[in-house]
Amino acid sequence: MSTTTTRGVAQPAPAKVSKARPRRGLGASSTFNFWLFTGPFLIGLVIFVFVPIGWSIWLSFFEARFTVTPSEFVGLDNYKQVLTDTNFRNSLVTFTVFAAFIVPATWAMSLGLALLVNRLRFMRAFFRSVFFLPTAVSYVAAALIWKMSIFNGVRFGLANTFLGWFGIDNIAWLANPDPPWYWLVIVTVRLWLQSGFYMILFIAALQNIPRELYEAASIDGAKPGWQTFRHITLPQLRATSTAVILLLLVAAYQAFDEFFNLLGKATWGQPPLVELYKMALGQNQNYGAGSAGAVVLTLLICVVTLFQGKIMGFGRGEESK
Amino acid sequence: MTTTAPDVRKTAEPVKAKRGGVIGNTGLYIATGVAGLLFLIPFYLIVRNALMTDPEITGEEWKWLPTSIQWGNFSEPFDDVTVDFARALWNSVVVAVLHTSGILLICSLAGYGLARIPYKHANKVFYAVLATLMVPTAVTFVPSFVLVSSLGWVDSYRGLIIPGLFSGFTCFLFRQYFLGFPKELEEAARVDGLGYWGAYWRIVVPNSLNFFAAIATITFINGWNAFLWPLVIGQDPSAWTVQVALSSYMTNQTVNYHLIFMATAISILPLIFVFLFLQRWLVQGIAQTGIKG
Repeated sequence: MSTTTTRGVAQPAPAKVSKARPRRGLGASSTFNFWLFTGPFLIGLVIFVFVPIGWSIWLSFFEARFTVTPSEFVGLDNYKQVLTDTNFRNSLVTFTVFAAFIVPATWAMSLGLALLVNRLRFMRAFFRSVFFLPTAVSYVAAALIWKMSIFNGVRFGLANTFLGWFGIDNIAWLANPDPPWYWLVIVTVRLWLQSGFYMILFIAALQNIPRELYEAASIDGAKPGWQTFRHITLPQLRATSTAVILLLLVAAYQAFDEFFNLLGKATWGQPPLVELYKMALGQNQNYGAGSAGAVVLTLLICVVTLFQGKIMGFGRGEESK
Repeated sequence: MTTTAPDVRKTAEPVKAKRGGVIGNTGLYIATGVAGLLFLIPFYLIVRNALMTDPEITGEEWKWLPTSIQWGNFSEPFDDVTVDFARALWNSVVVAVLHTSGILLICSLAGYGLARIPYKHANKVFYAVLATLMVPTAVTFVPSFVLVSSLGWVDSYRGLIIPGLFSGFTCFLFRQYFLGFPKELEEAARVDGLGYWGAYWRIVVPNSLNFFAAIATITFINGWNAFLWPLVIGQDPSAWTVQVALSSYMTNQTVNYHLIFMATAISILPLIFVFLFLQRWLVQGIAQTGIKG
């Protein structure tokens, strides 16, 4: 029973549609009902998603400082300005470095926690909750704890206190880009916030691995531990791993909160959305260049999400194996 | 393989632990315990700093616990004149509650319509919804701001709430869920003379409360914790949500550590409650849908 319903989820719509159509009386009113149900959503979608995107594309071809109804057409100048802007290009470098750290780190951490929790017999729910709890905390609150308490540059910060016990001098974690300690702050805060969430995905996937595989492996003489992990667990988690990595990548691309709050006043470590914020809503209020930047970033992310859709398959949740 | 998976789930869980032996088990619990402690440090720091005096926090010697617990710190964020914390808290309550109920209502109806009501162009409509999934809302905050500011909705609840209600992704999740909803139930209801509308409210919704609870929990947490959009819309402090208020503490000239951490603690508290009581649905929702925000 449960199998048939979950499999039904993966089915595309058309089959259901054609099946339901012949019913008499309802067919005539079904068009009305369709719009009754979907109308409010679709109207909102047009006004608040499609119109802004269109407007933005239009704005990106105009000189639009401090106004959203500009008159001076400037062609591709805004795009030229954005693409030659060193800050904007640096922000893409920042994203790349950030993704190179945070994606593998979160993947490994969440998988590791899932493996630990999944093997526990006592207090399993307790530990799962402990690792999952940070999911409830906002990026702003976490950034505040990190900046004001753990990685405070003065002696009373937890990290510097800890180093002090070993006679090591204070480190200005965020205030000095050389050496770039700020990456440690930025990466750990996100690691703490989101590992528990991806751990839940991995636990769900681990519990779907058929037990017979492990039994067969032990009959074949495989030692439990690294061998079974490498040859059974990891391959069985491939679909989930792929999904997690892509989700992490898209999330890293949209990073704003912790960068804005930890490095808001700095000139280093500025990711794309923070640059965009400064461009469009900073002192210049340059909506033309801001829109061009948004269009560029949107096109870049579309490439990733299209790729993602292709791999995960829309409607085929990664846990469906 | 697909057919065996559900039966396995119940039996497979703690098999491996049995084999580890006493040493293996001790090692497992030590590793998990250490990781758990590390994960709890930030929570400990919030509570510690919120209940200390500033000289204790900034003193030469590290203190693990306050000498005497400063319960009086609790009222300080509310007495502070530089940031209207009570207002920010109230704004967050309004925004998160209306955000959640609005999304649930609008997106579930649309998801049901797309999943179950036959219509010639339903597929085209569905693809238009799917297309919006390619563009994360965070990336389009400039266009959205342009629209909202020309509607005159800056610094208002309307501006904070309404643009976020039309989530293609939530609609998509509801559609997928309703595709798997047992058809027989609704058909019986419709034979009894309830239309689509009646069947939806009397039969479908009451039988889907688990799924609604899962989506509601995730949506509420995201609504409460949202920062970028409230920052963009809340130009005037009277329209700040609690996240924007917290952010402003970090850039203030004078830093009142105990006050800031008490404010942080208060801002997290509602979510901890939501989290503890609704964790079951949250976990279920995440495992089912693979998402949060």
